[in-house]
Amino acid sequence: MDLDIETVKKVAQLAKLKISDTEAEQFRVQLTAVLDHINHLERLDTESVEPLANVGDLTNALRSDSVTPSLAREAALQNAPKQDGDHLLVPPVFASEQK
Amino acid sequence: MTATEMLAAMEAGTTTSETLVRGCLERIEKLDSDIGAFLSVREDAALSAAREIDQRRSDGKPIVALAGVPIAIKDLICIQDEITSCGSKMLANYRPPFNATVIEKLIAADAVLIGRTNMDEFAMGSSTENSALKLTRNPWDVSKAPGGSSGGSAACVAADMVPISLGTDTGGSIRQPASFCGISGLKPTYGRVSRFGLVAFASSLDQIGPFAKTAEDLSLVLDVIAGHDARDSTSSPQAGIKSKDLLGKSPQGLRIGRIKECLDGGVQSAVSQAIESACQEFAKQGAEIVDVSLPHLEYGVSTYYVVATCEASGNLARYDGAHFGHRSNDATTLAELYETSRSEGFGAEVKRRIMLGTYALSAGYYDAYYNKALKVRRLIRDDYRNAFQKVDCLIGPTSPTTAFALGERTSDPLAMYLSDVYTVLANLAGIPAISIPCGFDENNLPIGLQLQGPAYADAELLQTAALYQGVTDWHVRRPA
Repeated sequence: MDLDIETVKKVAQLAKLKISDTEAEQFRVQLTAVLDHINHLERLDTESVEPLANVGDLTNALRSDSVTPSLAREAALQNAPKQDGDHLLVPPVFASEQK
Repeated sequence: MTATEMLAAMEAGTTTSETLVRGCLERIEKLDSDIGAFLSVREDAALSAAREIDQRRSDGKPIVALAGVPIAIKDLICIQDEITSCGSKMLANYRPPFNATVIEKLIAADAVLIGRTNMDEFAMGSSTENSALKLTRNPWDVSKAPGGSSGGSAACVAADMVPISLGTDTGGSIRQPASFCGISGLKPTYGRVSRFGLVAFASSLDQIGPFAKTAEDLSLVLDVIAGHDARDSTSSPQAGIKSKDLLGKSPQGLRIGRIKECLDGGVQSAVSQAIESACQEFAKQGAEIVDVSLPHLEYGVSTYYVVATCEASGNLARYDGAHFGHRSNDATTLAELYETSRSEGFGAEVKRRIMLGTYALSAGYYDAYYNKALKVRRLIRDDYRNAFQKVDCLIGPTSPTTAFALGERTSDPLAMYLSDVYTVLANLAGIPAISIPCGFDENNLPIGLQLQGPAYADAELLQTAALYQGVTDWHVRRPA
């Protein structure tokens, strides 16, 4: 089952990745090959099988709702490429109108 | 020297930590330009720590578990204020504001952190060739891959640069490099070692674990790094372990299951022969060898590459050019910032996996792929539970082949993925698994055997590995 190029571009957009047309075609070929292999899972009858997401032996590992020391703001911001001491700085959500 | 031997020598006063650390630094200086295991070496910090520990020892202060022993750390385990790049341009300048729990434990045990080792970018790969930063070569044959994703951590132990190192294993990334590099590597039971401070790839699969030359040394490190951690909500309350206590004793009435599906062809003949010889060796030591089936083994790679990539697509969404990591200069809107930063910062394999995971989770495909894979995951775990009713542990090859050549599989992602066929299952089921050396092929490349045990049987696995290493010497051989 061949992935089409539109699907590849749509997926890239969902994943917030910018890919060129050449890259899109390369990924299309590679992902098709991988998905072809993965499709053999269809052969298995899993009608009455529950999904298993967590192999640990824990459910709802909760803690008490009390305030404990956490990362200081300065430390949390120290790797931000653009910050003003209080905020992360980012470009506007919408493109600027012409000035 | 092994870590255990180093501790004994320091205790006896025949050496010091500073001497040992200098020895490591010299070997790194001499060999690493050819091998490329290290991304960075903490020369001053390591020597300073070594001297302090030596001083504490001569002052008669209590000696802790790894006092003065040098260790290398895979570059996705956070060390405070030191570059933790995950083998990626995305985090090439990232300095974590905290230490990973395992680092805190190693520091409390007085281990000396020597440096950071190379890896496949964000732990995605089976050869370390996906590192965006440098190439690592197999010390047994520099034209071959060291395995991945923990290739640097395996290579530096194999080349005797350090006695022990930490790696991580999501689908085989400790065991397969251990196999390719002729050393021992352990993936602990899921939940045994805290993932706090481990940069996440696939949260239900990732585990930190040790590399060493002997099961005894693996046990030493495991006992230090294991333990419940409230900061990791997947950390098990029964995580703590004293595997050392079991190691000195010989296992009684051991039943070992030889995995039938690994005998179905598709395995390099030298590898099959070595595993068969190992079974005979275990039988000589009194173990009962039975044939056991893991009926869903052939579906492991597919299941893994759905589950892992889906989880990765979520975990890697945090790299957005805003919080930390690479930021593009070419963005005028927020969406552009995300797209260009991520596209500039991530390599091809990372993008491939994010896209595969995004596709498998997207509307219309979620049931066919992600949900389906989780159901097969349960079948795989049930296969193990059934097997462990008949046997104490399972034996088989770690990988279908010995180390492949650098460049051999880089243009065929699926071929690369298929080299994980025997290792992914243990991560999917959450059980412990170990790879130890068991022979060499006709090109003098190491062969690894994999032992797998029930959840929380890490100590028993180490005990079984130690039994084998007590009567064979594969693990003692070193590259020229």
